[in-house]
Amino acid sequence: MTKNSISWMQNHVRRQLKISQNKNLDSSTVKLATKDLKAKFGKAQVLKGINITFPENRVTAIMGPSGCGKTTLIRCLNRIHELTPNAKVEGEVILDGVNIYSPQVDPVAIRRRIGMVFQKANPFPTMSIFDNAVAGLKLAGVRNKETLDRVAERSLRMAFLWDEVKNDLKKSGLNLSGGQQQRLCIARALAVEPEVILMDEPCSALDPLATAKIEESIAALKKDFTVVIVTHNLQQAARVSDFTAFMYLGQLIEFGATKDIFEAPKNPLTEKYITGEFG
Amino acid sequence: MQFKVLRGDTILKILLATAALFIIGLVVALAAELFLGSASSIHSFGPSFLIGTQWRSSQNVFGALPFIYGTLLTSAIAIVIGFPISLGVAIFISEKLKGHQTFGYGLGIIVDLLAAVPSVIYGLWGVFILIPLLRDYVETPLHNSLGFIPLFSGNPFGYDFFTSGVLLAIMVIPTMSAVTRDVLSVVPNSQREAMYSLGATDWEVTQKSVLPYARSGIFGGFILGLGRAFGETMAVTMVIGNIPNITTNLFSAGATLSSLIANNFGESTGIYQSAIIEIGLILFFVALLVNGLARFMLWRMTSGARGRA
Amino acid sequence: MGVMTQSDLPASISLWRKILNKLMTILVIVAVVLAIIPLLLILGDVFIRGAPAISIGFLTKLPTAVNVHGGGIANAIVGTFTMVGIASLIAIPIGIGAGIFFSEWSSSRLSMVSGFMNDVLTGFPSIVLGLFVFVILVATTKQFSAFAGGVALSFVMLPIIARTTSESLKLVPNTLREASMALGIPRWKTVLRIVIGTGKNGLLTGILLAVARATGETAPILLTASTSVYFAKSIFAPTASLTVLIYNYGTSASQNWQTQAWGAALVLILIMLAVNLLVKLTVGRNLTGKRLEL
Repeated sequence: MTKNSISWMQNHVRRQLKISQNKNLDSSTVKLATKDLKAKFGKAQVLKGINITFPENRVTAIMGPSGCGKTTLIRCLNRIHELTPNAKVEGEVILDGVNIYSPQVDPVAIRRRIGMVFQKANPFPTMSIFDNAVAGLKLAGVRNKETLDRVAERSLRMAFLWDEVKNDLKKSGLNLSGGQQQRLCIARALAVEPEVILMDEPCSALDPLATAKIEESIAALKKDFTVVIVTHNLQQAARVSDFTAFMYLGQLIEFGATKDIFEAPKNPLTEKYITGEFG
Repeated sequence: MQFKVLRGDTILKILLATAALFIIGLVVALAAELFLGSASSIHSFGPSFLIGTQWRSSQNVFGALPFIYGTLLTSAIAIVIGFPISLGVAIFISEKLKGHQTFGYGLGIIVDLLAAVPSVIYGLWGVFILIPLLRDYVETPLHNSLGFIPLFSGNPFGYDFFTSGVLLAIMVIPTMSAVTRDVLSVVPNSQREAMYSLGATDWEVTQKSVLPYARSGIFGGFILGLGRAFGETMAVTMVIGNIPNITTNLFSAGATLSSLIANNFGESTGIYQSAIIEIGLILFFVALLVNGLARFMLWRMTSGARGRA
Repeated sequence: MGVMTQSDLPASISLWRKILNKLMTILVIVAVVLAIIPLLLILGDVFIRGAPAISIGFLTKLPTAVNVHGGGIANAIVGTFTMVGIASLIAIPIGIGAGIFFSEWSSSRLSMVSGFMNDVLTGFPSIVLGLFVFVILVATTKQFSAFAGGVALSFVMLPIIARTTSESLKLVPNTLREASMALGIPRWKTVLRIVIGTGKNGLLTGILLAVARATGETAPILLTASTSVYFAKSIFAPTASLTVLIYNYGTSASQNWQTQAWGAALVLILIMLAVNLLVKLTVGRNLTGKRLEL
């Protein structure tokens, strides 16, 4: 099955290469992919068979109008979707050639390898900034003070927050501004050294200045991580991503290099969306 | 026309405000009348009433300490047994049954039903079923094997602090688990997902994210359960043995503030009656304090939750 | 992989974390079982021990002397209904009135203070309420009575009715009030229409729950109505009730009375179940989640 999946992915990547004609994709390998991924809430079919690949060390943006299933899609990628009552997932999500939905796979281990940043900043209100940043490390049983200090600083720096909070590490995360809270959540996700970072409209509740800060950190992140970001902000997708997927009514309409999607969309629906005719 | 409209509104507001005022008046009158009723007792015994260890009505010697002790001890047993179970029930309904709402709803109804059973029926059940059960299968073995510990040194009799505490635990579980369940359901899902996305197990999500977030509300439910244990009367009166007693031995008879009132009020007159009313006054202030605190904690939880993530 | 070359984390989830997770799941289930067993035991015992006592005579006759066979609880049933009736007459209008005030004038200071007092009163030991009514009504008239019992029970019912009323009215969307006011309908008419129309079910739930709670109360009646072996001649005479009868019979040494206590307990439980069932049948699911004692 694993072999099958890999060859399937390679075919898939080849197909997409043809579509996008992007030279960059040649040099990057596929980190994460979905195969005929279907998701349901009760009887409502939210994802109708999605096939998509996410190249390693690249930022992939998923965009589309509200209700297109983009949030559900990334929530399926780290098995968070199934925690919602009445939610069902079918199909495969393949991380490094292994289907994370196969019964032998422990979702807890998967979620550590695929981190997530949510739409609204959700720091733990009873923890300090420091404890928020290393919450995942403590879960994994890391107790060494030196390690915790080092990781806290490293992740806060990677989230571009260190300089603002380095003197207030013992204070509650709730004292931070909305943008700072969101960067704290990014730092928290980075601290457990995930391989993939999923971001679900991370800037939707933030002002332009805070958004710019976050975008800055996203750009720096792809050096070490594979990033998938859901956004309904077209400019944001254009600014931060290497690849862009456009979804509509639970289906993947078009996927390719961001430049191509924005300059020469192949599907009329994509074009309509990009030119602002609906959304 | 304008005049008439205003009058209708004013009349309604006055009528409704009177009803609201009535509730404040009731609590104030409650305090005032209990003070008045216990005036002669307060006058005769002063503060020593609170620390007196003897209660002999025939000699007009009245000390409330054995009853305060009995109330605290039985409530403590009830909480030690009841709180973990209540927390477990709440976690089960709110965290484990997410996907099966009908089952959770059914379980909720059963727990609520337990709260609706009249206290006197708990008492009746306590006398005829719980007492022999605990005496023969819990107290006697404990006494035989661990009798050297002062807690279990007494000869098991059944009508005692321990039985009262266990019965109270059964009675406070519905209150505490229902409040805790509601409080846990206020915790936003984003908090759980944040912990899950860091690679937490189900229990770690509950322990490190849900419970800390809900801690003030859980504490409120805890205090509310404690308040119910403090004030519970009939069931305890029927199983505690009603002998004023200060001892560490759990298997000896005792009395509580409320069991004293229920058990002796009928035959009391004069200063004796006044002393009992003063016991009621103590209970009043304890209830005011405990319930006020519990409501404050719950209010902080529910109104504070909106402010944060 | 840049800065991420050296991992600070253990490669896999430790066995201990997995075991702890399973262990806690088991403990939680054990807690549920421990909480449910007493309920099943209590209900089971009341039915098993109470059923043999029940007969037409038991429900329609007066009590007999100790150890004289036969006899019934008719006066206690009548007494309980009388006192709950009196309590309802007092508590329903005041409780609904206060409840409407809490919800429609929710930001006023009176509403906040009174609402807080109301919540405090809900958790109050009922014996303190009984003691209070004893001091104001029984000590002054030197007469235990169904009236005093009813007053004491009304203080038990009042906070429950006030709270359920305000909670159910708060569920009525504000747009409904604004729409009505925008039509030029005065506030008092708007309020009454909302109460009678949309809020009706919630009010009914509150009343039924309060009635159920009052029916099961013992301590306040013990101090105010005492008991009697006859039908009360008036509401100003000592009156029997189911709960006080269960208390007296249950703590007596008479075999006959003990059996009758279980019979009376069964009658009481059936009344409570009937009221609860009525609530579930007549009122929607959304409000029945509210607890009786809260």
